[in-house]
Amino acid sequence: MDRPFGAPVDETSPAGVLPDSGLVGPNYAETGLPAPEPYVRPPIRPLQRSRAWALRAGRLDPLFRGVTALFAGVLIVLMAGIVLELWRNAQPSIQEFGLGFLVSQAWNPVRQDFGALAPIVGTLVSTAIAMILAVPLSLGIALFLVEMAPPAVRSVLGTAIELLAAIPSIIYGMWGLFVFAPIMADHVQPMLAKYLGFLPLFQGPPMGIGMLTAGIILALMILPFLTSVTRDIFLLVPGMLKESAYGLGSTTWEVTRKIVIPYGRRGLVGALFLGMGRALGETMAVTFVIGNTHRLSGSLFAASNTIASTLANEFTEAAEPLYLSALVELGLILFLITFVVLSLAHLWLGFIARQEGKK
Amino acid sequence: MKLRSMQQRHLVNRLVFGLSAVASLLGLSGLIWILTVVIHRGAGAINWSFLVALPTPPGVAGGGLANAIVGTVLMTAVATVLGVLIGVLAGIYLAEFGRANRFGTVVRFCSDILMSAPSIVVGVFVYTVVVLRTGHFSGYAGSIALAIIMLPVVTRTTEEMLKLIPDRLREAALALGAPYWKMTLDVVIRGARTGIMTGVMLAVARVSGETAPLLFTALNSPYWSRSLNEPMGNLTVTIFNYAMSPYVDWQAMAWGGSLLITAGVLLFTVGARLLLGRRKAS
Amino acid sequence: MSTMRELSKISVRNLDFYYGDHQALKGNTLDISEKRVTAFIGPSGCGKSTHIRTYNRMYEIYKGHRATGEVILDGKNILDPAVDAIELRMKVGMVFQQPTPFPMTIYDNVAYGLKLKGKMGRSELDGRVEDALMRAALWDEVKEKLDVSATALSGGQQQRLCIARAIAPEPEVILMDEPCSALDPVATLKIEELIDALKVNYTIVIVTHNMQQAARVSDYTGFFYMGELVEFEETNVLFTRPAQRRTEDYITGRFG
Repeated sequence: MDRPFGAPVDETSPAGVLPDSGLVGPNYAETGLPAPEPYVRPPIRPLQRSRAWALRAGRLDPLFRGVTALFAGVLIVLMAGIVLELWRNAQPSIQEFGLGFLVSQAWNPVRQDFGALAPIVGTLVSTAIAMILAVPLSLGIALFLVEMAPPAVRSVLGTAIELLAAIPSIIYGMWGLFVFAPIMADHVQPMLAKYLGFLPLFQGPPMGIGMLTAGIILALMILPFLTSVTRDIFLLVPGMLKESAYGLGSTTWEVTRKIVIPYGRRGLVGALFLGMGRALGETMAVTFVIGNTHRLSGSLFAASNTIASTLANEFTEAAEPLYLSALVELGLILFLITFVVLSLAHLWLGFIARQEGKK
Repeated sequence: MKLRSMQQRHLVNRLVFGLSAVASLLGLSGLIWILTVVIHRGAGAINWSFLVALPTPPGVAGGGLANAIVGTVLMTAVATVLGVLIGVLAGIYLAEFGRANRFGTVVRFCSDILMSAPSIVVGVFVYTVVVLRTGHFSGYAGSIALAIIMLPVVTRTTEEMLKLIPDRLREAALALGAPYWKMTLDVVIRGARTGIMTGVMLAVARVSGETAPLLFTALNSPYWSRSLNEPMGNLTVTIFNYAMSPYVDWQAMAWGGSLLITAGVLLFTVGARLLLGRRKAS
Repeated sequence: MSTMRELSKISVRNLDFYYGDHQALKGNTLDISEKRVTAFIGPSGCGKSTHIRTYNRMYEIYKGHRATGEVILDGKNILDPAVDAIELRMKVGMVFQQPTPFPMTIYDNVAYGLKLKGKMGRSELDGRVEDALMRAALWDEVKEKLDVSATALSGGQQQRLCIARAIAPEPEVILMDEPCSALDPVATLKIEELIDALKVNYTIVIVTHNMQQAARVSDYTGFFYMGELVEFEETNVLFTRPAQRRTEDYITGRFG
C-alpha cells in the first residue's frame, strides 16, 4: 500500500473533521508516523419515500410470513381434503354396506353388490410377496455396495440403482406383461408346480399373470428404492466404530453382523415401512400383470386384484353412483392403510432421531 | 469360551459375501434386462410419424403419438408451475418460520404423508373435486393431480436446501439492514437455488412418468386438444391402453412410448445429478 | 473511570438479557466512546457476544430472546420497539465470527448494503464499492475479479470482504464478534491493522477471546464474567492495574 489505511481515495475530499484527542490510542507525534486523516465521504442520499416504505420490515415482513404460511397451509388442506372428499363420496357405499364392505367378497356391478375383501387381501398379499423378495435382496446389494465392492464398481452400481429407482412404474408393468409373464407361464410356474405343487399356494394352471407375478414385479420395482435407502443407512455407521472392530481381528462379515446391522437396525425398520408404503399403493406395475379378477384364491398362480388395480381398471367404467362410491371407498381404505403404515414409519424415525439427539 | 477356527470364520465371511454379490448380480441384471427390452422394442417403434402424427385405428399404418407427447409435456409443465410456486413458498415457511412451531410440524407431517400417498388415490381425489364438479375430464384436472404429487417433494427439498444455509449468513444480511423477506430472497434462496433446482428436476422426472393419477382426470384422447379444458392425450395412459389392447401394432406403439418416457425421465434425473455434482464440486 | 472528554456514542444502562428463562446478562452499564475501539473480553459463555448483539437488536429474530434496560444510541433507546430495527442496523454494522460471504459476486456483496441504504447511479456505486474494498485492504487482491463469486476467496480475504461490506454503507458503529477467530495469524494481523485505521471514522466494538488482541487494538476494554460487566477501563489501565480481583485472575491466566 502506498498510502495509509483509511486515507481518502480522492485526494481532494475534505479531511480533518475530528482531530485525534490524544487521550488514548497510539500517539502519532511520538512515533513520528503520519497520523491517519479522518476520512469523510459525501453522505448517501436516502431512498425515495416509496422504496423506503417498501423496505420497512415492519410492513412487509408479516405479509411475507403470512403468504408463505398460507401456501404451507395448502398441504394441510390437501391432506384433510383427501380424507374428507373420499369419505363424503364414499357415503352411499358406506351406508349401503356398512362394515360388511370390509369382509364381503362380492363384486357384482350388475346386482350392485360390492365388497372389498378380495382387493384388500390382494393388496396385502402382493405387498407381502414383494417385501419377502425385495428386503433380503436389497440388504445384500447394499452390503455389497458399502462393504465389498471396489470403489469404481461402487460408484457405477450406486448410480445405476438411483437411476433405476427413477424409472416409471408403467415400464415395469410393460416388461412384466410382455416379457416376464410368458417366462413365468412357460418355465417358472411349471417348475414350482412340479417341486412345490403339494402346497396349495403353487397349484393351478400356469397362466403367467397372477398374484405371484405381480408380487415379483412389485419386488423389482421397490428394489432400487429399498437398496438406496439401506445403503445410506449403512454409510452412516461411523468409520471409527468399524475400524475398532477390524482392529480386534474381526472379518468383514463379523463387523457387518455385529456393528453395521445393529447400528443401522432402527433406521432399517423405518426404511422398510417406507418401502412397504410404496408397494401397497403401487398401481401400474401391478395392474398389468395381476389378472384383475375379484376372486380370492388359495393359489398364488391365480389371477387376482389389488385396490389400486381395481381402481385403475374400473373407475372410468363405473356409471352407477353406488359402483363409483364403492370404488371411492376402496380408495379411502387404501389411503388409510398407507396412512397408518407411513405414520408408523415417520413416528418411528422421528423417535429414533430424538433418541439419538439425546445421546 | 469356544474358539472358532480362523478357517471357519473366513469361510462364513466368503459365503456371505458370495451371497451378497449374487444378490447384486441378480437385482442388477433384472433391472438391466428391463432397460434393454425397453430400448430394443421401443427403438423399433419410433420413427418420424410416431413423433408427428396422430394415433390411427389398429391396422392402419403411419400413426403416431404426437398429441400424447404434447399432452404429457403440457400437463407436466402446468403441474410444475403450480407445484413449484406453492412448494417453494411452503418450503420457505418451513425453513424460515416453521422450524419449531406447531403449524410447521403439522405441515411437515402432512407433506411426508402426501409424499408417499398412493398416486392413484390422488387421482380419485382430483376426480371427486375437479372432474365431478366440472362435469368432464380435462387437462387441468390431470395437471392438478400431477401438481399434488409434486408439491410435497418440492416443499421438503426446498426446506432441506434452505436449512443448509447457515444462520450467520441470514444474520449478516439482516445486520446490513435488509428486511427479512429481502434477505430470504437475496441470500437464502440464492444460496440454495442449485439445490432447489435439483429437487424440482427430480420431481418433474417423477411426475412425468406417472400414469395412475391421469387415468381418470385427464383421461386420454386420440385427437389434438383445443385447450386444457378437455380430455387430453398423454403418453402414459396411452401406453397403458395400447399395451392392454390385443393389437400388435398398438402394442409396438406402447413400447415406443415407453422408451420415450423412460428416456425423458432418465434425462431429468441425470441432469439433476449433474447439477448437484457441480454444486458439490464448487 | 478516567476523565472522559470524549463523546459517548452508546450508553448502556441496566441491560439484562434472557434466553427464555436463562438470564444471560445482568445489569450491564457502560458508555462506548465515539471513534474509539472498545474491546470486550471474558471466558466463553460470559455474555460478551450476547451483549453486543443487543446493539443492533440481532437477538430479535430468535424466539424467546429478550433484552430489558436501555441501550441509548444518539439519545434514543434502541431497545424500544418503536425504533425501526432496519434503520438501526443501517447505522450499526456487524462483522461475524466466521466470514459470511453472500452467494453472489464480490462486487454484489459490497454493493448489497449500499443498494439497501440509498439510491445511487452506477458510477457512484462503483466508486463506493472500490472505496470500501480499498479501505478494507482487499482492493489490490480482487480488482481483477469483482464478478467472481465471493465464496471463491480465501478465509482471510472473505473476512476483509465482510468488513468492506459492513463499512460500505457508512455505518456509525461497527460491531465485530470475534472477527479473527477463524483466521490464521497473518490474516489476523491484517484485520488488526484495519481496525486501527478504521477507528478514525467509526466507533468500533470488538468481542475477542484473545487478550493480546484486545490489548493491541482497543482503547477501552470491558471484562465480562457470568453475564456481568466486572470491569470497564482504558485498556492500558485494565491490563496493567486491574481494580478487580476477578479481572486480574483472568488476565494473568489463572482461570478462563
